[in-house]
Amino acid sequence: MRLAEAWRVALDALRANRMRSGLTMLGMVIGVGAVVILVALGTGTKNEVQAQVEGLGSNLLLVVPGQVSLNAAPAVSRLDQSDLDAIIRIAGDRDRVAVSLTSGENVRAGNEQVFTSLLGVLETTPKVFLRDVRSGAYLTRTDVETGRRVAVLGSSVARTLFGERDPVGQQVTIAGVRFRVIGVFAPLGQSLGVDRDNEVHIPLSTAQRLLATKRVDAFAVKAPDAQTIDRLGRDIVAELHRRHPDEEFSAVTQEQILGVLGDILGVLTAVLAAIAGISLLVGGVGVSNIMLVSVRERTREIGLRMALGARPRDIGLQFLLEAVLLTTIGGLLGIAFGVGASLATAALSPVPAALTWWSIALAFGVSCAVGIVFGVVPAQRAGRLDPVVALRTE
Amino acid sequence: MTSDAAIEAIDVARTYALDGVSVPALRGVSLSIGHGEHVALVGPSGSGKSTLMHLLGGLDQPTSGRLRIGGRDVAGLTAAEMAHLRNATIGFVFQSFHLLSRTSALDNVALPLVYRGMGARERRERAAQMLERVGLGHRIGHRPNQLSGGEQQRVAIARALVTEPVVLLADEPTGNLDQATGAAVLELLEQLNTAEGVAVVLVTHDREVAARARRQITMRDGRIVADTAVVDRTASAGAPDAARADHAGPAGGHGTPTDAGEDRR
Repeated sequence: MRLAEAWRVALDALRANRMRSGLTMLGMVIGVGAVVILVALGTGTKNEVQAQVEGLGSNLLLVVPGQVSLNAAPAVSRLDQSDLDAIIRIAGDRDRVAVSLTSGENVRAGNEQVFTSLLGVLETTPKVFLRDVRSGAYLTRTDVETGRRVAVLGSSVARTLFGERDPVGQQVTIAGVRFRVIGVFAPLGQSLGVDRDNEVHIPLSTAQRLLATKRVDAFAVKAPDAQTIDRLGRDIVAELHRRHPDEEFSAVTQEQILGVLGDILGVLTAVLAAIAGISLLVGGVGVSNIMLVSVRERTREIGLRMALGARPRDIGLQFLLEAVLLTTIGGLLGIAFGVGASLATAALSPVPAALTWWSIALAFGVSCAVGIVFGVVPAQRAGRLDPVVALRTE
Repeated sequence: MTSDAAIEAIDVARTYALDGVSVPALRGVSLSIGHGEHVALVGPSGSGKSTLMHLLGGLDQPTSGRLRIGGRDVAGLTAAEMAHLRNATIGFVFQSFHLLSRTSALDNVALPLVYRGMGARERRERAAQMLERVGLGHRIGHRPNQLSGGEQQRVAIARALVTEPVVLLADEPTGNLDQATGAAVLELLEQLNTAEGVAVVLVTHDREVAARARRQITMRDGRIVADTAVVDRTASAGAPDAARADHAGPAGGHGTPTDAGEDRR
């Protein structure tokens, strides 16, 4: 039998049982759709995180106490002002070094109040990280050296406290101390459901006094170029280690952060896809089941075709193609459904979705494979029927 | 000489294993069916005529003995080779027609040609010609449920003959038809038998149907108990039939052809 003929026969058989074919396909539609959606969401999240890390600026080195690894508890910092001076010396330029002392604090203005991340920083922050001020100005070196009570607000803090009014020149109260607002950041948006605009920058010295501490939590150093970044990291870690022999320090690059985050999100995506894959498996079992029913129902037809000269492989091929047709049509509908749902999710919610050609091609390939794998047993059973017995079947 | 026969069986037996017990359905049958013959296979149910029919049609293989279909020994043939042999040499007509219900008369008739790998165009041309031959040229687009029983059986006959087989095996072809329709179907078979030179083997327990054949093979308990020529009511020439009777016997019967030219090939 010619292959084109076999396809036509398989298609006819599916058309003859529209309801049943449709329900069987539904299992595949859901399975394939789920895989496409979850891979799209996983990839989208990964892309977004990647964009954010890269959006911090280029050739960044983050210096933190302790080790950077998935299962290490965050270390308490013993770094202080003198370490900062040492790092500035190694970096060669104060403008290449940013620093932070972080605390969660309430910020009030009039009757409005918001809980926010308070960061004690140097005036160098916008030179190290890509961070734009929308109105007013950022902190100055004088602000930092004289410990002025001035603050730069994140855009959502500004909106919560002041609504549509310009906060520049207004007063806010942070941990019971009054500050003057000198600037507002341009919005960054959300990432993974966290509002990145909910933060307030004040001079490091002011923050240390406010929080009654001398510590510094983390440094960021901007290397002049990609070639020197690793060497700079080693030098800084060595110097810090010399100054604090009992402690460990880590200097990580954006690439390393991306690598770690990418691994986490990659595993997450794979786990989600595997869970969706189970529904694909269930869909495949449904196909197998319905094909066995179909073989039984059409035993007489099989007997007739054999009497007329169909070889076992002609019969087997006919049923295998029928199964493959079920799963691939279901798969294509599932891809359409998954693509539509992914686009809708991306459009209607903050969850990002990124469709990739490989995931769609994979979903289609898996649909074909499911048809072959789950169609083989019914097809063999059909092909091995004894024509005499098959013809006699009622 | 014997290879001239359309089908030849020598001491063929077929035993079925049922729960470990061997049940003999055929106990040594020898017969030869010549090209263009018209044979009725009769006998009570359980006599083995269905089993013999399946063997002659290449649907089954004998447990012992030799069986040649269209000059080819079936011993050791694979299922695929048997399928090819059936497609090339045998046409089947069944009591319950066995037409594909969702398929037009034309495509039903063309179905055996599908398994020859023939292209759709040629297939349909041939099927249309064959439907014309059985008097259904005006019904080619109809589905089986739009046709009467007699018409359905004509479609089945066209399907059996479209491959130009050596032998047409008909299992109770009139069993599901009323008398008048059945007679018309038999007439068609006889006409095609004469015109196309295809051997026709009818399995029946209708005496009247059997009486129309020119040779009658009677079975009982898995054996052939009689193999006789019947006086031909339709043929004008009586002499060949008389001569034929001499040859008739369990191992013979391949002797005199109705169409001598056909047999000498």
